Amino acid sequence: MAVLPPAPDTAPAPTPVSGWGRTAPTAARLLRPASYEEAAAALREAAHSGRGAIARGLGRAYGDAAQNAGGAVLDMTGLDRIHEIDAVNGLVVCDAGVSLHKLMQVLLPLGWFVPVTPGTRYVTVGGAISADIHGKNHHVSGSFSRHVRALELLTGDGETRLVTPQDEPELFWATAGGMGLTGVILAATVELLPVRTSLMRVDTERAADLDDLMARLAANDHRYRYSVAWIDLLARGARTGRAVLTRGDHAPLDALGAAARRDPLAFRPGRLPAPPRMIPEGLLTRRTVGAFNEFWYRKARTGSGRLQRLSTFFHPLDGVPDWNRIYGRGGFVQYQFVIGYGHEEALRRIVRRIGAHGCPSFLAVLKRFGDGDPGWLSFPMPGWTLALDIPAAMPGLGALLDELDEEVAAVGGRVYLAKDSRLRPDMLARMYPRLDDFRELRARYDPHGALTSDLARRLAL
Amino acid sequence: MKDAFGAPQTLLLLGGTSEIGLATARRLIARRTRRVYLAGRPSPALEQAAQDLRALGAETMTVAFDALEPDTHEEVLGKVFADGDIDTVLLAFGVLGDQARDEQDPAAAARVAQTNYTGGVSAALVCGTALQHQGHGSLVVLSSVAGERARRSNFIYGSSKAGLDAFAQGLGDALHGCGVHVMVVRPGFVRTRMTEGRREAPMATTADAVAEAVEAGLRRRTEVVWVPAALRPVMAALRLMPRPLFRRLPL
Ligand SMILES: Cc1cc2nc3c(=O)[nH]c(=O)nc-3n(C[C@H](O)[C@H](O)[C@H](O)COP(=O)(O)OP(=O)(O)OC[C@H]3O[C@@H](n4cnc5c(N)ncnc54)[C@H](O)[C@@H]3O)c2cc1C
Ligand SMILES: NC(=O)c1ccc[n+]([C@@H]2O[C@H](COP(=O)([O-])OP(=O)(O)OC[C@H]3O[C@@H](n4cnc5c(N)ncnc54)[C@H](OP(=O)(O)O)[C@@H]3O)[C@@H](O)[C@H]2O)c1
Repeated sequence: MAVLPPAPDTAPAPTPVSGWGRTAPTAARLLRPASYEEAAAALREAAHSGRGAIARGLGRAYGDAAQNAGGAVLDMTGLDRIHEIDAVNGLVVCDAGVSLHKLMQVLLPLGWFVPVTPGTRYVTVGGAISADIHGKNHHVSGSFSRHVRALELLTGDGETRLVTPQDEPELFWATAGGMGLTGVILAATVELLPVRTSLMRVDTERAADLDDLMARLAANDHRYRYSVAWIDLLARGARTGRAVLTRGDHAPLDALGAAARRDPLAFRPGRLPAPPRMIPEGLLTRRTVGAFNEFWYRKARTGSGRLQRLSTFFHPLDGVPDWNRIYGRGGFVQYQFVIGYGHEEALRRIVRRIGAHGCPSFLAVLKRFGDGDPGWLSFPMPGWTLALDIPAAMPGLGALLDELDEEVAAVGGRVYLAKDSRLRPDMLARMYPRLDDFRELRARYDPHGALTSDLARRLAL
Repeated sequence: MKDAFGAPQTLLLLGGTSEIGLATARRLIARRTRRVYLAGRPSPALEQAAQDLRALGAETMTVAFDALEPDTHEEVLGKVFADGDIDTVLLAFGVLGDQARDEQDPAAAARVAQTNYTGGVSAALVCGTALQHQGHGSLVVLSSVAGERARRSNFIYGSSKAGLDAFAQGLGDALHGCGVHVMVVRPGFVRTRMTEGRREAPMATTADAVAEAVEAGLRRRTEVVWVPAALRPVMAALRLMPRPLFRRLPL
């Protein structure tokens, strides 16, 4: 009997993969499909390997959502074609690996903008849908998936399906916020926002403390399309929660000077040099970060109707490539939660505790959410959301965040999975009531467990 | 999976009754650990240890494992990994032996080496390969300062730990970039039943202190941990000390 020759070993060697926070790296085979067929073949093969596959966009999720230890990670940025732009009705059909940066470059000159942008342009359409991302306009426009008309989804059973909220509401709303676990998004149809210029008209004001801030946000957020506050959690005593509010909208044509009006839709993001590779450990301490926050609070130029570039208003951090490296080898975690209106006392308590613990946290972001969308694991719900970065090496941080989870869950709030790297599985069920439906749907569309991720393993998603 | 702070959800303890090992297990259970395998020679003590960990809320299983039977390691430990991912393996088995007696009984001396070194090599290789296949996980190896420089008073044990220590470092390099983290822990004198009745060495410490250092090492993904940390410069100096002088030290 002839013995078969061994199959040629063409699979790439496993390489370490981590999220934006650079904690808990694990090794996976990184594949970069260049066509839908290649993506389908990679998923089929991964299903047989026993350790499955997960899609990855630009890796801007902070934790382990786009990692898959021992299995395959499908880098979707190789699928980055824009298929169709309907410049009359404001619709774009594109591959899931297209970045919001590229969409802005292409669409702004045509007078259209993405419906929702996060604090960075370097996310893909697939990542935006899978995390059901929100922007500064959430109180007006909801989260990203609200503006998705249709998506092409490669499910774990090997089928490619055209999924719309009308025809397949279950699969659609499980995928919106589903962290890549319902399938690999291949393409999407997204509704756009018409704009007349590429500039923003911005009002900036300071708030003296947390109560002042909340009062200002609650009083007139509805007058702005975009609103966010940067808050200093290191300031103690009476100044706890002092903040700078920036709110605004796309500038109308008549707000521009004569020179700018000649090319009102030009997109000009700036870029600074990246920080050095080697950052000394212990650079970020309560003192150094506190000094930075102080400087930043004082230098904020208040005033109304000031014109700003899009990138300055939405993506200030994108000006510094690889800024996540300033946290050094240990990496960092971002903690983002939302607490419903009426539970402001819990928010105040959490802010006090973070301050008392002395987390060396650069400015945190506070924002008011509007209505949530139907995504089963979608994060936003009406209430206050706070997001802050903390170096992972800080002693006692794990226990502190566990206690904050308790506070958040006790008042019916939740933490954001796209930022998470440390939640406990039992907490997840308390925060996301549709978790069981999600698990049941996954079992239905992916009976052999072709799709999985480190996040899914950690939280038993 | 481990979280951002290196806290494991599943733990395999090789040497399921080890005091240091169990102190570490308790500490990790207080964080994220929910499933524990205690691998060791079957005994009432092993079952009792499992009961105690269950009482803390961790699903705990015992596994019959003998360091002196390397031929069985692949099968016995393979079954554990077949159950599901193991986030952290703690290699804690070991025997101190009785230096004075073992010098007269070469077979007994060889058993110390076989347990600590040969058994360690085989078990660590089996686990290292399984972790590599998973693409993640930490292998924590309890070495000892005794392995840093062999001393007159316990060079049989010391040499077995020296071998294990060197092996674990090499394994760590071999697994570098595979998502697997190998950590060598070098405690000094730890007050456990292993050292009971012996004259305490300077800078003696406790099983809980070792457990704390292991937890911190997992968080920082450290490669070598000394307990207490101050032993590191002390041992660096001892290593450089000329032989004639070293021989005369009352160690
Ligand atoms: C500086 C910064 C600011 C941010 N600001 C915000 C903010 O304001 N609001 C907000 O909501 N988020 C914010 N984020 C988080 C970010 O928007 C999300 O994590 C987003 O999902 C990242 O997209 P990505 O393409 O990088 O995806 P990745 O990080 O690569 O993956 C994220 C998830 O999407 C899944 N995924 C990616 N592509 C596909 C695909 N084709 N098919 C199926 N699943 C896929 C992955 O499996 C994973 O679960 C911010 C992140 C950073 C770094
Ligand atoms: N205590 C110290 O001062 C000190 C200092 C430095 C390093 N260390 C090292 O730390 C580790 C743990 O020590 P400890 O203080 O916790 O001691 P311990 O409580 O005596 O634990 C030793 C463990 O090894 C197990 N063991 C011995 N022979 C075995 C075999 N053939 N097969 C399987 N398991 C076997 C024992 O199991 P049984 O119950 O079956 O005997 C016990 O679980 C050891 O490797 C030790 O060398 C200790």
